[in-house]
Amino acid sequence: MTYEIVVLTNMAIAVLFALSLNVITGFCGQVSLGHAAFLGIGAYTSAMLSKAGVPIVITFIPAMGMAALIGLIVGVASLRVRHDFLAITTMGVVFLFTGIVRKQELLGGEIGIAGIPAPDFGRIGLLMTSLLCVLAYLLFTIWIRRSWTGFAFDSISEDEDTATLLGINVPKFKLFAFIVGTAGAGLAGALYAHQVRFIGPDSFGFVESISVLAMVIVGGIGSIWGVILSAAFLSALPQFFQVIDDYKLLVYGLLLFGAMRFAPDGIDGLLRKVSRWRAVK
Amino acid sequence: MTTKRLQIKNVSVKFGGLSALQDVSFEIDDNQLLGFIGPNGAGKTTLMRVIMGMITPLSGSVFLDGKNITGLKSVQRIHAGVALGQQIVKPLRQMSLLDNVALASGGAKLLSPLRALMVRERSEEREVAQELLIQVGLGDHAQKLPNELPLGFLKRLEVARALALNPLLLLLDEPLAGLSKPEAEQMADLIASLPRKGLSVIMIEHNLPQVQRVCPTLYVQSNGRALAFGATNKVIAEPEVRRAYLGVDA
Repeated sequence: MTYEIVVLTNMAIAVLFALSLNVITGFCGQVSLGHAAFLGIGAYTSAMLSKAGVPIVITFIPAMGMAALIGLIVGVASLRVRHDFLAITTMGVVFLFTGIVRKQELLGGEIGIAGIPAPDFGRIGLLMTSLLCVLAYLLFTIWIRRSWTGFAFDSISEDEDTATLLGINVPKFKLFAFIVGTAGAGLAGALYAHQVRFIGPDSFGFVESISVLAMVIVGGIGSIWGVILSAAFLSALPQFFQVIDDYKLLVYGLLLFGAMRFAPDGIDGLLRKVSRWRAVK
Repeated sequence: MTTKRLQIKNVSVKFGGLSALQDVSFEIDDNQLLGFIGPNGAGKTTLMRVIMGMITPLSGSVFLDGKNITGLKSVQRIHAGVALGQQIVKPLRQMSLLDNVALASGGAKLLSPLRALMVRERSEEREVAQELLIQVGLGDHAQKLPNELPLGFLKRLEVARALALNPLLLLLDEPLAGLSKPEAEQMADLIASLPRKGLSVIMIEHNLPQVQRVCPTLYVQSNGRALAFGATNKVIAEPEVRRAYLGVDA
């Protein structure tokens, strides 16, 4: 039973992490190749604070806050770049993060931080907490989607210049997407730290950034339900099939390639096609 | 002294070593339709972009209803009352025509994501959008996606979207380009009707017969310099204008 609980908790964390990137990349159209850095910022913040005696659930708030603050700084620095330049800038963030963490003894350097306190509420409690966090974040993203903020995001993701000519304050909306998305990643990181109870710089590198991007793209960029399905499936897969874990990069790379080449709208697009086809029949 | 809707005062723009605009000045009254012509490379679009705040001039000032807007960003100018219909139509292709226009009529909530987050209701803006689409002759196509419609319809959408911003001053960059003769006539009639609704319009256009037909006032620019400004028939008759723009001798 413990194994299933661990798998389900990992799935919930992956879903939260993917949903957070979906706000930035899916809703607002800002490609980020460095999202794992914010997972790491949340994980390290929560780990350090909980080791200092702060109750675990309380550490979630500064974990989100710290990730959002760094996300805001990255967002401000990225306002003038778009498309591939933005992708490269955000990729730099993840290298910067791992580079800095490796050299900081306070953060455990290369070795990382071990002995992160287990939650008082046990593994089932952590699973429930993770599911609650996913639910809260999910409801928030659905709200965003249906509000005028989501309406404005739709236009920004399609054409920033046109969005500006429609009176949308594009920089403010982009920064908002960065703050909400990175805060979500910070929360996922905090949960992750207490799930694995050991974190090191390698857990938050470029590969993790690409993995979460694959989840968003395979699910369907911008689709909430597609991304949930994709993140749950792709995070569970390596845990059931060891070979997939061994060849994770290869599998995710192939999935990314396949999705972009054959199904650019991801699972969501495929499901819509099937439903249209069934309606016609 | 009456306040002009728009005043351009001694605006100069340089791109590297090239002077795109040199000491350009003109003004437009309330409820006026001004035709804006000039040969290719005259700096017409550059001047429009200066008015919109998309290009910062080297020198000179732009006033809207007497207020200096030179230092304002594009989005601030739009909320101050300036709107632009672009030469190359750029509809949001994932949205219906109705939502394209409704989004533009969102007003102040589009300035802040937090304010926009508090509002989900769109029915009021959709009603405004539907009225504007009817006004430009697209009422029956409101639910269609832009990809389903020809260029002439998208040009009208561009105008409807600009009108949804509730502007005081509407800038239209070649709104008749690419349209058939009947479509161009319809669009020109629509544009000619706008000053009666309380806004001023500047229309860049190469379709001289339509400009002469609907614009009472004309501004001509050549090589980044103001060449002539005044009543359309008088301006067209000026030898300098005929030489520069029409390529004919006086």
